Amino acid sequence: MTNLVLSIRDLAVTFPSERGPVEAVRGIGLDLFAGRTLALVGESGSGKSATAASIMGLLPVGAQARGEVLLGGRDLLALDDRRMSAVRGKRIGMVFQDPLSALTPIFSVGRQVADAVRVHTRVSKAAARERAVELLGLVGISQPRRRARDFPHQFSGGMRQRVVIALAIANNPDLIIADEPTTALDVTVQAQILEVLETAKAETGAAVLLITHDLGVVAGHADEVAVMYAGRIVERAEVRELFATPAMPYTLGLLGSMPAPDAGRRLPLVPIEGEPPSPAQRLPGCPFEPRCPLARADCRDKEPALTELRPLHQVACVRAEHVAGRRPGDVFGRAEQPPVDTPAAAEAVLRVVGLSRTFPVTSGAVLRRRVGTLHAVSEVSFDVRAGETVCLVGESGSGKTTTLLEIMRLRPPESGSLEILGTDVAGSLPASERRRLRQAVQIVMQDPQAALDPRLPVFELLAEPLLAAGSGAEATRDRIAELLNLVGLPSDIVDRFPAAFSGGQRQRLTIARALATRPRLLVLDEPVSALDVSVRAGILNLLARLKAQLGLAYLVVAHDLAVVRHIADRIAVMYLGHVVEIGDAEDLFARPRHPYTQALLSAVPVPDPVRERSRERIVLRGEQPSAADLPTGCVFNDRCQRRPTLTARLQQRCADQRPSLEPVPGGTEAACHAA
Amino acid sequence: MITTLPTSAPDDSPAPPPPRLGRARLYVRRFARNRPAGAGVVIFLVLFGYAAIGGHVSRWNWSDQDFLALTEPPGASHWFGTNQGGNDVFTQSAHGLQRSLVIALSVSVLTVVISAVVGAGAAYLGGRVERWTLAVIHFLLVVPAFLILALVSNRVSGDWRVLILLLTLFGWMFTARVIWSVSTSLRERDYVLMAEFMGVSRRRIVARHIIPHLGALLIVNLTLGVVTTVLSETALSFLGFGVKTPDVSLGSLLADGSVTISSAPWLFAAPAGLLVLLTVALTLIGDGLRDALDPTSTAGGHG
Repeated sequence: MTNLVLSIRDLAVTFPSERGPVEAVRGIGLDLFAGRTLALVGESGSGKSATAASIMGLLPVGAQARGEVLLGGRDLLALDDRRMSAVRGKRIGMVFQDPLSALTPIFSVGRQVADAVRVHTRVSKAAARERAVELLGLVGISQPRRRARDFPHQFSGGMRQRVVIALAIANNPDLIIADEPTTALDVTVQAQILEVLETAKAETGAAVLLITHDLGVVAGHADEVAVMYAGRIVERAEVRELFATPAMPYTLGLLGSMPAPDAGRRLPLVPIEGEPPSPAQRLPGCPFEPRCPLARADCRDKEPALTELRPLHQVACVRAEHVAGRRPGDVFGRAEQPPVDTPAAAEAVLRVVGLSRTFPVTSGAVLRRRVGTLHAVSEVSFDVRAGETVCLVGESGSGKTTTLLEIMRLRPPESGSLEILGTDVAGSLPASERRRLRQAVQIVMQDPQAALDPRLPVFELLAEPLLAAGSGAEATRDRIAELLNLVGLPSDIVDRFPAAFSGGQRQRLTIARALATRPRLLVLDEPVSALDVSVRAGILNLLARLKAQLGLAYLVVAHDLAVVRHIADRIAVMYLGHVVEIGDAEDLFARPRHPYTQALLSAVPVPDPVRERSRERIVLRGEQPSAADLPTGCVFNDRCQRRPTLTARLQQRCADQRPSLEPVPGGTEAACHAA
Repeated sequence: MITTLPTSAPDDSPAPPPPRLGRARLYVRRFARNRPAGAGVVIFLVLFGYAAIGGHVSRWNWSDQDFLALTEPPGASHWFGTNQGGNDVFTQSAHGLQRSLVIALSVSVLTVVISAVVGAGAAYLGGRVERWTLAVIHFLLVVPAFLILALVSNRVSGDWRVLILLLTLFGWMFTARVIWSVSTSLRERDYVLMAEFMGVSRRRIVARHIIPHLGALLIVNLTLGVVTTVLSETALSFLGFGVKTPDVSLGSLLADGSVTISSAPWLFAAPAGLLVLLTVALTLIGDGLRDALDPTSTAGGHG
């Protein structure tokens, strides 16, 4: 099994830029063995994707790769594009992050897989077609012969990624490179795709290079892990060894900043202070030194080389001996514990009763006809009390964001009612009253870069909500200094534009902006999903601190259950526009009653290789159906893993009658006939 | 550029607010760093000065006729020479430039303002407002504007103020159409939604979050608009419908000079040179403004 497939020696990649060449990868070495998975872990800008691109010879024009990439003794970097094309797809298969852009929209998927076979092997069209059907079946596409004639847009995201994997293994490659293969997918689909990738590896006996930022995925599927930071490998070890005794402070920090989905509740996360260094300006010395709590004076002098700590465990840190065996909390200072007592029976800041929202489905380019109705949100009810965090969780398309936007619009909903601070938004509110409600509810969006107008400096950005609320010039200036202080940004940045900040700092700015009018309820739409792992913990801790300090209520939409677990007081699980289970976070995580909640919790990878590989998992079949034609019975009926175990009568009831939310023993309310 | 900032714990007594650099001063600073743009400003100021006081530094008046010097090449007495009627080309060019500058600048400023407000407003407001605005724009686009311009301006016997109105009236639609289509993508941006949720008024959203993002487009249109207007005005004057004698503009001077380009090239060279300088200067300024207003541009430095 220890058959060397690919060997990288001293690889360095340089990109040209206006301010001189930027070194994205600075001398890394890796060995990949047949049948084994090497995970390359790192944050954005760490050079992991540039590494993959240089193996495949797909670096952008102008970029330079030096060193050696040996595939079966042949140096790939020395090959020209024509000869490289014979290697790509034949000996190296690729799985990209976005399956939609990896497939050509104008050819059927069967044709694309067959073409991939015919490019490298001389076979007849019919034989290639047979092989394509066989491959599609292998990656778990049901009725492969029929579906081979379908086009990429007729497949869902997860199914498309299966097709991409079929393309990657079409010619029995020696190496499969998977660049963030599940980042664009939902968590229940992610579990399926990772299993397909395992199947593909077993079938071809190839080495797998898995590029990811998700340590949970690494724990479950990698054999060996290489952690990259600032263009270098800073630690490399066998997966169990790495998770058990990390020896580089950065690795330790990454593990500490991951909220574990099954961890004890509400321990503040261990954040790594600061931000990853910009590749444009490298200082001598260890690149992690400015963020490292264990840094000594000699860390700044020269960059430590990757050295053997013990057999099969290499680390680039002068204090590795000292770090190994310690836990994140011992090394990185924990944030102060925020007070967790929630005032019991506080007043409801937001009350949503029976909220529904539909969108017309139209067809035809000239004469638009209404051909159906998309039920984005159906009969959703919940309330948020002062000082409480309520999380809406569910996969994409479950109506979470639509619910948020319906609340933020402050207009009478299509049906149901919406009450903010005890005032119903329906009917004719006086303008002053409406303005008061506007100020009381503010939103923080997912992508801080998109949410901040790039043309306005920080001062103007923060002044906008204040001026809209009618604040005077003097008061505005004071409030802005106060806000920056509140979110932990220095006050001399008021003249900079958003482009000058990193992701974490920008998200602090959007939070400061949302707090400007002293809201009672903050609505957060995926507040950390666009951020790097090491920065996330800082933002989550900030949110926890602000909540305690200002008595805010949060309504959070998130798909990352580990994050939800960390911040939520109560959780509402949504599926196809319906709340299928709602209850206290503790109860819901400890005793989920709805089968969908159980599957969702089970799909989250645990960042611990021992537990991740031994635990029993529920892998759901299929994907969430379209909200345009809802089933008459339970919305989860066709994917339910519990249904086969039920009596025929109950199964019939599931198919005919939609269950409503009922309290179940254990504390939560679940919409399930069999709960 | 990513800066590493320390994350400080909250403090009960906030630091005194630091002195603030205004947005206008920030832009001026960034603009000043751009050398070609500085050159453009200098050229433009020289031209502007020439147009303003050129008529007073020479001992001739633009309407005077020197019958002792007909079609004289440039010399000590007449710096740019004279034309067939004995008019001093130096002072005539100054007057023509003044006329053309006033017409071109006011028309292109008015055009850009109207098209930005109409285009961005229609895109942001959407619905019926958008449909009707587009209908009007499309109708005006198919109207043979040049013919109407020629006829109407002939009727009012070449009054330059009426010319400004007419050129504006028939010049804004195309830009407005382009701005509308760019704005339809701008209105979908997250920060527009955020501003709505913060209770910012619609007028303010259009003015602060949509129009500034059209900056580069507007500035290019403003610069090119001056050139286009000079050309329209030249064509009208050449056909006898624009600025009429005894009044002169760069356009009518060019038209006159083109007839005698081989026998008396100075009659063409002076207005043509001025026109080239004017457009080059405006293009340089436009470039510099775009870099200064664009926060992601590296040319403007890191402010």
